[in-house]
Amino acid sequence: MKTTQFLFAGFGGQGILFAGKFAAYKGLIENKQVSWLPSYGPEMRGGTASCSVIIGDEPVGSPIVSNPDVLIAMNLPSLDRYEDSVVPDGMIFADSSLIERKVRRSDVKVFYIPATKLADENGIGKLANMIIVGKILKEMNEYNEESVIAALKKVVSAKHADMLDINLKAIKVGFDN
Amino acid sequence: MYRKCGERGAKIMVVFDKPKALCDVPLHYCPGCTHGIVHRLVAEAIDEFDIEGKTIGIAPVGCSVMAYDYFNCDMIEAAHGRAPAVATGVKRADPSKIVFTYQGDGDLASIGMAETVHAAARNENITIIFINNAIYGMTGGQMAPTSLPGQVTQTSPYGRDVKLCGFPVKVCEMLSELDGAEYIERVAVNNIKNINAAKKAIKRAFQNQIEGKGFSLVEVISSCPTNWGLTPANALKWIDEKMIPYYPLGVYKDRSAKGERIV
Amino acid sequence: MADKVLMKGNEAIAEAAIIAGCRHYFGYPITPQTEVAAYMAKKMPKIGGTFLQAESEIAAINMVYGVSSAGKRVMTSSSSPGISLKGEGLSYLAGADLPAFVVNVQRGGPGLGGIQPSQSDYFQSTRGGGHGDYRMIVYAPASVQEMASLTVKAFESADKYRMTAMILADGTMGQMMEPVDLASLKVNPAPEKLWATTGTGKKREHNIINSLYLKPEELEKVNFERYERYQTVEADEVMYEEYLMNDAEICVAAFGIAARVSKNAINEARARGIKVGMIRPITLWPFPKNVFKKAAEKAHTFISVELSMGQMIEDVKLSTECKANYLLCNRVGGMIPLPEQVLKCIENAAKGELK
Repeated sequence: MKTTQFLFAGFGGQGILFAGKFAAYKGLIENKQVSWLPSYGPEMRGGTASCSVIIGDEPVGSPIVSNPDVLIAMNLPSLDRYEDSVVPDGMIFADSSLIERKVRRSDVKVFYIPATKLADENGIGKLANMIIVGKILKEMNEYNEESVIAALKKVVSAKHADMLDINLKAIKVGFDN
Repeated sequence: MYRKCGERGAKIMVVFDKPKALCDVPLHYCPGCTHGIVHRLVAEAIDEFDIEGKTIGIAPVGCSVMAYDYFNCDMIEAAHGRAPAVATGVKRADPSKIVFTYQGDGDLASIGMAETVHAAARNENITIIFINNAIYGMTGGQMAPTSLPGQVTQTSPYGRDVKLCGFPVKVCEMLSELDGAEYIERVAVNNIKNINAAKKAIKRAFQNQIEGKGFSLVEVISSCPTNWGLTPANALKWIDEKMIPYYPLGVYKDRSAKGERIV
Repeated sequence: MADKVLMKGNEAIAEAAIIAGCRHYFGYPITPQTEVAAYMAKKMPKIGGTFLQAESEIAAINMVYGVSSAGKRVMTSSSSPGISLKGEGLSYLAGADLPAFVVNVQRGGPGLGGIQPSQSDYFQSTRGGGHGDYRMIVYAPASVQEMASLTVKAFESADKYRMTAMILADGTMGQMMEPVDLASLKVNPAPEKLWATTGTGKKREHNIINSLYLKPEELEKVNFERYERYQTVEADEVMYEEYLMNDAEICVAAFGIAARVSKNAINEARARGIKVGMIRPITLWPFPKNVFKKAAEKAHTFISVELSMGQMIEDVKLSTECKANYLLCNRVGGMIPLPEQVLKCIENAAKGELK
């Protein structure tokens, strides 16, 4: 893997920043160069939340992702806003249970996954974010259980250690769908 | 205490001496100004508690700006109005030290009002000596937050018009409403009786700090003959006639005397 | 790698400050630096330190003044509008020769401005902010690791020169997470502070912390002496990074986030055969004047990439005696230049177009 620029976007409260943080930590554990940059301010509360994650072998220059290789759109406004910014031959992961329309671009690889619906069905209501992460890991051929668990341990706070298994389950649900 | 006097070696009893906590330098205050009295009372309190070696004083901006040259303990000169914030820093850096501020009415009740109120609200374990002479002295007699209604000053030449510039701030009354404040008392230094009461209050304000009780403020009604345009004697009378009726003396808050404790 | 953790820039500053021996923090909430205060609020009570949310930025900087007077390492952090309020205190700290560590995680201005990243407090931090003749050592980190290492450095140089050292970061630097190796931070203990007001113990003359000198000749003397100290700082404390400058005909000047964006652009321009490099000042004051002066022997054009209307560019021009061509490549108001914008500037400069 050379350098991959990810843009995670969705509503505040969907765990956008958390998913990005997990991805960054997984990169760090695999000895990659990483950066994570959140959007901040009032737009975090209720509006669109996003975060830029860069993972690669070279030191990260600008941490701002304006043309993602991989866009994770967890709601319609995010897809509307960022679809055109994805690089040609890039990837778009869309939560199809919340986004009714299809991706218009034809020069990108698109993966629809009903993450929110799958989360409900599997009794892991809030973890649509990690279901998508599982899907990304599968499609990018980046699933490595050891580093996935190690990264989860970093991002799930000690206070909520019980959440670790549920997050892992969510990733696996995403991986299998 | 006896001291050698003159060539003949006669021993006479010393009945009056400068407190050790005051430096042996002349004060710059105007004739008839009561700053000297209050400096002395503060220094006597420091001497009597024997805390000079661990006391840090904070001087204000105003007439007493150079108090750092007068008190013999470690001294810090603060920005205008910020003494309670500086004192907060010093006290938090080492709570075993005794920290006092010495501030005038412009410094404490105008530009430094926020710092004053919040230090009280936090119950910072510090001692504040607040000189209220109802005027800005150092800059030449402008209207202070504590200038009386109708009082003529350089910036209220027709008398303080409360319709235009509002009413004086009654600091003790206001601060005593705060749950945080431990001890608030107003005293005056215009006669012997009042000076004795002032001494007692100032000592109490230091004692509270030594005992860890918290925020203690003594407001001292003082005179400014120069800017009031009065003789020193008449200035003292003016305190009785004008100031004290508006700013009644007394204890406004004394939490521990009421048996209250912060839990 | 085991030592590395991901941390936000703001958190890295806070943790590094604790590592540097700072046990007193005073602040007032403001975006985008709140994580510093939040981190301190959590940590300080557990290590016997002081975290205090002051009633205002003015009070906070004066609490810093108090702790510093008492001889201890102390800090405050804020963002642009809050730093304006601290301006008074910064001047008094300078006038009283007190060491202090101040963090400015900049946001767009003037006025209330916005909350997105900016570098428009360059003048404020390198030229003053408060009144009177004084300087602050100003560090401009460009990574989370530097947020940590320059924090330690700032405490040390503040103590060494008895002056304020500031981290001038921006919202991006404060908010982004990167790997940080905190174990690598080496801290020199604070020097003995015989001037501090810690109580005389009746064993010495009383110490006075003061910035008031009513006699002009005295005030002139302390100013002259202070500036001699500043000269030592200028001689010994300059920090910068040179990137691909050996054969550079075009020199990008950028600090902080602008330098990171510029690096992408420079790599792309190099791939297109343009001889471009970068000087990244790490200390904005003292400014790496001589490095720029030397660069001007080879470089015909200097491009200042800034998140301001062109503030550092003045120092670039002064350092190079206005002998070269100059180009400002900027975004403001919370906008950040994209690598493509910087690349376009570099390509224009290579063609001799100054736009």
